[in-house]
Amino acid sequence: MSVLERPASGDASGRGAAFTSPEAGEKLTIVEPLIFDASRPGRRAVRYPLPSTAARAAAGDQPAIPEAAARASAPRLPEVAELDLLRHFNRLSHLNHAIELGFYPLGSCTMKYNPKVNEWAARLPGLADSHPLDPDPLAQGSLELEWLLAELLKEISGFAAISLQPAAGAHGELTGLLMARAYHRSRGEGEQRTKVLVPDSSHGTNPATATMVGYTAVTIPSNPRGGIDLEALRAALGPDTAALMITNPSTLGIFEDQIDQVIAAVQKAGAIAYMDGANLNAILGRFRPGEAGFDVMHFNLHKTFSTPHGGGGPGAGPVGVSERLAPFLPSPLPLLVAGDADEVRRNAWAGRPTPGARFALEEAGARPTSIGKVRAFTGNFGMFIRAYTYIRSNGGDGLREVSNDAVLAANYLRVRLADAFDLPYDRICKHEVVFSGRRQKREHGISTLDIAKAILDHRIHPPTIYFPLIVEEALMIEPTETESLETLDAFVEIMHGIAEQAREDPDALRRAPLTTPVGRLDEAAAARRPDLRHAFD
Amino acid sequence: MSTTLPDDRRYSREHEWVRIEGSMAVIGITSFAADELGDIVYVELPELGATLAQFSSFGVVESVKAVSDLFAPVSGDVAEVNEELRGSPELLNTDPFGAGWIAKVTLSDAAEMEQLLDAAAYAELTAG
Amino acid sequence: MSYSPHTAADRERMLAAIGVGSVDDLFADIPAAVRATRFELPPPLAEQEVRAELNRLAGQNRIPQVSFLGAGVYRHLVPSVVSEVIGRAEFSTSYTPYQPEVSQGTLQSIYEFQSLICELTGMEVATASHYDGATATAEAALMACRLTRRHRIAISTAVNPQVRHVLATYCAGPGIEIVEVAADTAEGGTGLTAPAVAAGLLSDDCACLIAQQPNMFGGIEPMAELADAAHAAGALMVAVVEPTSLALLAAPGSYGADIVAAEGQPLGIPASYGGPYVGLMAARMDSVRQMPGRLVGATRDGQGRKGYVLTLQAREQHIRREKAASNICTNQALCALAAATFLSAVGPEGLRELADLSAVQARHAAAAIESAGLGERRFSAPYFAEVAIRIPDAARRHAALADQGIVAGYPLERDYPELADTLLLAATELTTDADIDALIAGLESTR
Repeated sequence: MSVLERPASGDASGRGAAFTSPEAGEKLTIVEPLIFDASRPGRRAVRYPLPSTAARAAAGDQPAIPEAAARASAPRLPEVAELDLLRHFNRLSHLNHAIELGFYPLGSCTMKYNPKVNEWAARLPGLADSHPLDPDPLAQGSLELEWLLAELLKEISGFAAISLQPAAGAHGELTGLLMARAYHRSRGEGEQRTKVLVPDSSHGTNPATATMVGYTAVTIPSNPRGGIDLEALRAALGPDTAALMITNPSTLGIFEDQIDQVIAAVQKAGAIAYMDGANLNAILGRFRPGEAGFDVMHFNLHKTFSTPHGGGGPGAGPVGVSERLAPFLPSPLPLLVAGDADEVRRNAWAGRPTPGARFALEEAGARPTSIGKVRAFTGNFGMFIRAYTYIRSNGGDGLREVSNDAVLAANYLRVRLADAFDLPYDRICKHEVVFSGRRQKREHGISTLDIAKAILDHRIHPPTIYFPLIVEEALMIEPTETESLETLDAFVEIMHGIAEQAREDPDALRRAPLTTPVGRLDEAAAARRPDLRHAFD
Repeated sequence: MSTTLPDDRRYSREHEWVRIEGSMAVIGITSFAADELGDIVYVELPELGATLAQFSSFGVVESVKAVSDLFAPVSGDVAEVNEELRGSPELLNTDPFGAGWIAKVTLSDAAEMEQLLDAAAYAELTAG
Repeated sequence: MSYSPHTAADRERMLAAIGVGSVDDLFADIPAAVRATRFELPPPLAEQEVRAELNRLAGQNRIPQVSFLGAGVYRHLVPSVVSEVIGRAEFSTSYTPYQPEVSQGTLQSIYEFQSLICELTGMEVATASHYDGATATAEAALMACRLTRRHRIAISTAVNPQVRHVLATYCAGPGIEIVEVAADTAEGGTGLTAPAVAAGLLSDDCACLIAQQPNMFGGIEPMAELADAAHAAGALMVAVVEPTSLALLAAPGSYGADIVAAEGQPLGIPASYGGPYVGLMAARMDSVRQMPGRLVGATRDGQGRKGYVLTLQAREQHIRREKAASNICTNQALCALAAATFLSAVGPEGLRELADLSAVQARHAAAAIESAGLGERRFSAPYFAEVAIRIPDAARRHAALADQGIVAGYPLERDYPELADTLLLAATELTTDADIDALIAGLESTR
């Protein structure tokens, strides 16, 4: 047997909370009933007008829906009044922690403030009601917004061209590797290049994406300083390498200080250099991946560019590419077909329209080298509105400040917590810092999971745990730039308190959390006997 | 975690065990493996009649947080699989050496057993 | 400027604690050769300036007064209660529920969403959602290939072209071959996919047959017979459905669909120029381990309280990495919440009213056009709420009407060269009698 993943030891599958098997007919306490429980025949929240008599009469001349295709019985959707509906979802919302309630230092997720003006913008009827298939003359605002956002992302990243189409970071990775594949095939090297190299610290989406595209993922170890092992990389690179996928700063929150040599080695081997842009919040204005020689990168608009996480989406994962990959971008692209690009940009930055400027969607078939579509239409436009609003609010100066303050805050937490927790890589970090809970594990039998559960009782979301995999009992903290010093200091105090509790009263930590709506949940039972939907009978 | 390893069987470095039962070889995973995985929630059993090659993958074990390939300790054709594991994968945690057996194969080459570890050697491997 | 709260004093304090003189010291490890040489972005804007800019862009759009445009995205009422629920910060500013103890709101709402989709589609398990209907369909096809261990898929040409393009992109990587089953678009044809034609093309290495209900032309396909044809060839049936039609049309589970994919945008999500939307996927329980994406399951805590968790995660990228069923990390949680709220708000009666009104108005429009001698139905088959109408000189007249703020449907010629002069007209519960009058008047004026 080989363990593909280091499991979370002492984990949530029941060990800590000593779950017993549920007894037959055991009645569980319900925190908030399902919406179905509020359903009563005849109730409802939304009504529609009835067709007019004239409409029905006219319709009668047309063929009806055949009996054979008709639904046998109505779906058992809930029948609830609007007030009860609202109360149900309001009460459910109260069971969640959220950025707007408290600190949310999830490493690698960039849980910064989601500005309200972004929400105002996304709800403007002139934008929200724009149909993606409306004729281009009716959608000039939508097209211009997409074009301007792409221009901004180009300047931020140093890439030659942008596609906004991918719906999420992982989707952007898929797009990037599909373009790499198309590039190699266009040069007659499609058959020979079968491998994608990923560091052992990589996010799981990287190797998963490689497989989806038909590549084999090869893992490259990290060096003792936390960067990718350059010698191991050089040894692994060869004529069978399609791409290197690397996150920079790495998932350890550390800038790859040999990145220039990494990129050079990849290019020398004729492979594509892909940068996972999840950690862009650390380097705005300091490092432009396209300028540094990367071929492709995905942006996470829901991380660096403040679009809300929504409990798990929607996000957006646009990609930037170098000149050599530009022919392969997904289609259609939003194009400026009349007007001077510099003038349009200048005017837009000054808040002016450009008379005579015209935008259009790229014609179908206009660019045969394109990899095609990775999703319907041009992308998650609602998130583009928000990201555009955010970038325009900040401007260049604001974005520089974002990275400065994000990196400042993370290093501040690094030095303030280094006495309480092991720091596997004792060096300047960027926007996030990775600690190890191994001291607590070895000396007191307290796992990082226990620490996380204890943090929950303080109305704070725990940092990311057990990632990256190369750190034992990993605890990844990303404060972001939008947290005040008081919030950071309060967090430091809580963490010190937990470290002390691990020494003085470890059993209390193992019982945590005690003040959340539910305690630790039996995940093993959930997986062994899956209950994935409400049973009506 | 069980500290007494049955000595009526051999062990692979990948934490499988194999015990001869007449002309059959009974295969399972060790308590060390089960403990590493945590609470096991699912086992992907091999198909009856499938031919296993020594040290190649023949199935998968899933826990809540981890996933493992199963590597055949010996070669042979699958004659029987432990159907109990479908409904009760937790047997691999509670009784990995007994009721948690995974498959029985017709042993094709008894000499392959020599390439495996005895209880003492496996205990040493997992002690560190 | 940025939303950072830090004052100069705050920054001084942090720098002192860290032990460096300036923030630039924290970036000293970036090799000089690769430092950014430019960062020329516009200056920051105050909120009133930002609003002016976004108003400018919104003003550059001309939202049509009258629209019969559908073709995969439909204008529906987004009830106020739906906007209210998804506007709650506890839902919108929370993260993926990896710490379930403080995410029961999100988790339970997804469990309810999964339940609602199962009920609507007549299937046994539904995922927590996908990026959109097109990617959900592509994922369904890949899932069928994994389940059957076959490497070819058959798909009707009457499936939305956007979906077919995405499918082609997803199949390119793993080298899965796509076989097209031509729908009957001949003169006087049905506009449907003939089961006999499908059967003829389903070789014994096809993993699935994919058909859409209603199809791209609005037509009601013989789904049960298509499912039979698929099963006879040992292939799975993948049904791509429009969710509001399921108020009136048979649930896929009742006609033998093995996997269901759908675009959930009609369920309380605005058109928003293409996204974000929400992809739906449902299947039978016995294939759950091959389903990509997130799943929420019910369980209990140590104090006997019912709770919900992400489950069967061993399928997913953060555990299986290169062996994952898919690379998906995000679902579309907030859009799924909108859909769940919508379905709960309309209930079975509301959904039936919506579907009925849509179907009546589509027929009303078709009848009005035909009786005015402005055009005729292109296909003979019955339809749900979208209908293909042949109108002479359609392209010119469509453009002229768009200029007047009337979008007369979707010109099918863009994707089907054989369907010249054919407009796909969609009606929804928002289509009024006055809209239809305006369409007729507009078509008259452009004769």
